[in-house]
Amino acid sequence: MSDDTKQGLQSAFRRKLLMGIAAIPALTVLPRPSFAQAPATSAINTTGLAVTDTEVTVGILHSATGTMAISETGSIEAEKLAIEQINAAGGILGRKIKFIQEDGASDWPTFAEKAKKLLVNDKVAAIMGCWTSASRKAVLPVVEQYNGMLYYPTFYEGLEQSKNVIYTGQEATQQILAGLNWIAKEKGAKSFFFVGSDYIWPRTSNKIARKHVENVLKGKVVGEEYYPLGNTQFNSVINKIKLTKPDVIFTDVVGGSNVAFYKQLKAAGIDLSKQPLLTISVTEDEIDGIGGENIAGAYACMKYFQSLDNPNNKAFVPAFKKMWGEKTVIGDVTQAAYLGPWLWKLTVEKAGSFDVDKIAAASPGVEFKGAPEGYVRIHENHHLWSKTRVGRAKLDGQFELIYETADLVEPDPFPKGYQ
Amino acid sequence: MFGEYSIGDLGSIFVMQGFAGLILFSVYVLMALGLAIIFGQMGVINMAHGEFMILGAYVTWMTSNFFQTYLPNLFSGYFFLAMILAFIASGALGMLVEWGLIRHLYRRPLDTLLATWGLSLILQQAYRSIFGAREVGVELPQWMLGSMHVTDNIEVPINGVFVMGLTVLITVAVAYIMYKSRWGRQVRAVVQNRVMAGAVGINTEKVDRYTFALGCGIAGVAGSAFTMIGSTGPTSGQLYIVDTFLVVVFGGAASLLGTIASAFSISQTQSTLEFFMSGSMAKVLTLLAVVGILMLRPQGLFALKVRK
Amino acid sequence: MIDNPRFANRSELIGILVLAVLLVVILPLCLDVFRLNLVAKYLTYAFVALGLVICWGYGGILSLGQGVFFGLGGYCMAMFLKLEASSPENTKIQSTPGIPDFMDWNQITQLPFFWKPFHSLSFTIAAVILVPAFFAFIIGAAMFKRRVGGTYFAIITQAVAAILTILIVGQQGYTGGINGMTDLRTLKGWDIRPDHAKVVLYFFEVACLFGCIFIAQFIRHSKLGRILVAMREKEDRVRFSGYSVANFKIFAFCIAAIFAAIGGAMFALNVGFMSPSFVGIVPSIEMVIYTAVGGRLSILGAIYGTLLVNFAKTSLSESFPELWLFGLGGLFIAVVLAFPNGLAGIWGDYIQPQLNRLMPSGKSGSGPKAGWHDSSVADGAPAE
Repeated sequence: MSDDTKQGLQSAFRRKLLMGIAAIPALTVLPRPSFAQAPATSAINTTGLAVTDTEVTVGILHSATGTMAISETGSIEAEKLAIEQINAAGGILGRKIKFIQEDGASDWPTFAEKAKKLLVNDKVAAIMGCWTSASRKAVLPVVEQYNGMLYYPTFYEGLEQSKNVIYTGQEATQQILAGLNWIAKEKGAKSFFFVGSDYIWPRTSNKIARKHVENVLKGKVVGEEYYPLGNTQFNSVINKIKLTKPDVIFTDVVGGSNVAFYKQLKAAGIDLSKQPLLTISVTEDEIDGIGGENIAGAYACMKYFQSLDNPNNKAFVPAFKKMWGEKTVIGDVTQAAYLGPWLWKLTVEKAGSFDVDKIAAASPGVEFKGAPEGYVRIHENHHLWSKTRVGRAKLDGQFELIYETADLVEPDPFPKGYQ
Repeated sequence: MFGEYSIGDLGSIFVMQGFAGLILFSVYVLMALGLAIIFGQMGVINMAHGEFMILGAYVTWMTSNFFQTYLPNLFSGYFFLAMILAFIASGALGMLVEWGLIRHLYRRPLDTLLATWGLSLILQQAYRSIFGAREVGVELPQWMLGSMHVTDNIEVPINGVFVMGLTVLITVAVAYIMYKSRWGRQVRAVVQNRVMAGAVGINTEKVDRYTFALGCGIAGVAGSAFTMIGSTGPTSGQLYIVDTFLVVVFGGAASLLGTIASAFSISQTQSTLEFFMSGSMAKVLTLLAVVGILMLRPQGLFALKVRK
Repeated sequence: MIDNPRFANRSELIGILVLAVLLVVILPLCLDVFRLNLVAKYLTYAFVALGLVICWGYGGILSLGQGVFFGLGGYCMAMFLKLEASSPENTKIQSTPGIPDFMDWNQITQLPFFWKPFHSLSFTIAAVILVPAFFAFIIGAAMFKRRVGGTYFAIITQAVAAILTILIVGQQGYTGGINGMTDLRTLKGWDIRPDHAKVVLYFFEVACLFGCIFIAQFIRHSKLGRILVAMREKEDRVRFSGYSVANFKIFAFCIAAIFAAIGGAMFALNVGFMSPSFVGIVPSIEMVIYTAVGGRLSILGAIYGTLLVNFAKTSLSESFPELWLFGLGGLFIAVVLAFPNGLAGIWGDYIQPQLNRLMPSGKSGSGPKAGWHDSSVADGAPAE
């Protein structure tokens, strides 16, 4: 669908490319990246990836169907936008990016199967994909076995690090700690009530949050509750919140449960403008379903909000809306997914090669100055240095930036003292 | 666990918790009523029940958009019209499904499980293609949001009261239709002895069709009402089906009273357990208890003896 | 019927032979290792479908919770493999080396007691078969002794599937939670991940599958099989004739559970992980459709049905993910409405008579109804 918009561009691009190819005999290995000249395929692709003289193939692997399609649609859209923009700017090492999209169908084994297909049959140079931790855990052994490169966009629980994965979202400490510090200082919060969906990400995040609250902030966790994924009735936990009267409600409820939770919270008379609530699971995407009037006043701890005021974001938001419609919103993960193709492009150009080993080695230190969130850099541990931001939800479904860390926060997937 | 709270606090929380249980009870009754009518009448388990509910939710969403754009003055009352439209839309689809699918399978009730499951897959994908994969937010009129303030600790959610009122209304209406009206007599006659009912001149096919449509229509109203408390997306219907089936099966077939009794006991168990332990464990224990009792009394709480 | 061999009649033997040639010779020759591994994955569901032929097709017991048994078998196998993959050397970076990684993430510092026996392969193999059989026995005994069947039974099995999923996801310290058990590596020191291992595992699985086919064939041709069919058609008469209907039903249900569990264990071996997404309601119902497509009365049909639906799923969902869901939904409806006997029914009604006309078998008994399928479900005629 995105191919037909680029026909004109392509022919101009081909001319450039032919010139580049003509110059190839003189160049063997390129010491520096270049758009205008295309190095020989044999030199930049020694492992048999799907790289031709004009094209390089990547995979997009998300759920287009099933329960997770709600969340993953934004990531697919962002990745397609990034690829189109990279192609419009001349591609990578003189090659246009072609993508193969596979549907993980919200089913973890399907993710593993499709990842294997992309790597073994299609020989893609990189995979942009996965959303839930479960799908990543299913795909991880596959990309490690077949030596692929995965760009994973979601904020997640940490406790993982792989040569074959670049984590473009935040790991748990990056997302949580600064936000807790801020709310403790700003609101004088001492007591916290945790509510989460019952699976690994909320449980690990809450574990880290609890250690931080108890050991660093010297506060108290007055309740920690988990509900099955897809639960729709939260009145009991809301009563417990009313009984314990916490200073802060800290939530990581996900999916359809999110909508039910905030609607019932509002209906129970808990006014989020008076009762501080800090969430790490609600982005602009979720508010679309929850309704701004149900969540206005809540604080969210993210690294990106659609309303961020910086030149990169001012270019990114209109481009995204132009491609996917005026009504679409952009959440934290969508932005992180947009980083994937760009970081890959920058890394390939730094390494001067599509080889996965070289990309993995070249990744640390790669910086992307055009990131909508401002500026990011890849850490030695393949996570991103990025800022933590706190926003307050408004009636129109957007967040108002309240606080951001002064410096980039170091990613620490295996935090000492929090395990 | 409760040592540190004052008597007054605890008292009002118990009131609130009882109220939470009642809301859960109303939600369960509303969910299960449509399914129970169909199951009681035809022995058909409609696996697409959740999707009929979501159809009602989408109809509500469209109505709210329509009112916002064209009739902003009347927005505060749109919800009532939306529920009626939801009933009509789901009921009409139900009638179509009965005509095209269910009536061919009356002799094979197990196969209707599979066929309606297939239908639910098709409907889910249809919603996704038409309305998009993301959830939609249904905007409610201001008066339906928030709560009624009683004391500092007791606040009665308006949407909860609304759901309860709606449940009572629909239950009474269904009871009236089933037990007082001429058509209800026909339905019960068909349930008790289909052949005999046919022999005395009841058009059993027509009775079946309208019963199925009624059940689906009630599902649509339930879906419409649940936009107040839950999410509206292509797969949201799946969130309700397990609970719904259990309520119906636990209550026993063909018994309105059974459905209500089972909804009451399941909701109270769950809501009480939820207060003392984590929501996940409460859910598991409730489900285990239900299955355990069903093992001892498989015909459900209230079973009707019928001639097959 | 006079023609009642103990194991299989002539056309059935031919059918089994054809399937054997297909699985052992043709597919391995035609497909690369990646596709062959996919076939291996599909075939794990064929075990479940086979079990459903016995319990649903013959016994008339529709279970919508076969995922439970598939999952139990799979988890037993995965626990063994996970323990082997979590040797102290492999898990050096954990705060407690030597236990599975997900336990370490959940602050569990020593191996729970029920994990310990899974260090032994023989215990694991026994558990793969006995644990699901035990569960099936409990459920079956409770339900069938009280004469519960039909739709009720289907819904209750479904509830069991829902409960087990919530339980597995909730107890993530012991089960791996929603992620399941991933990164399974070796079996008794033999790496199960490289291509040659996949090929070996494929043949091992095919061998097991034929083992199960033989058992199913044997049941079908034994007196037991005929009682099952009689029960499906007129349960009361069988009961009045002095048979214990409940015991036969429990037996059929247990067999189906064991087959499903073997499939689950094969899945853990072939695919290299196990997750709660196989235990829930959705996969359980999908497994029923494999059987329905193949023909609920046909042992071989169930296997072809599984392969076909899964091939269609993979290829269609690669190019048209949306179309696939419409297709799958339509398939459910079409199979139920138009072809209640699935592929085997089409084969028996249309293709086999043509074949018989072309090559007269010389046997008097091989009319249209003597093929490797039984009579149709829809007309309700007695099957034997």
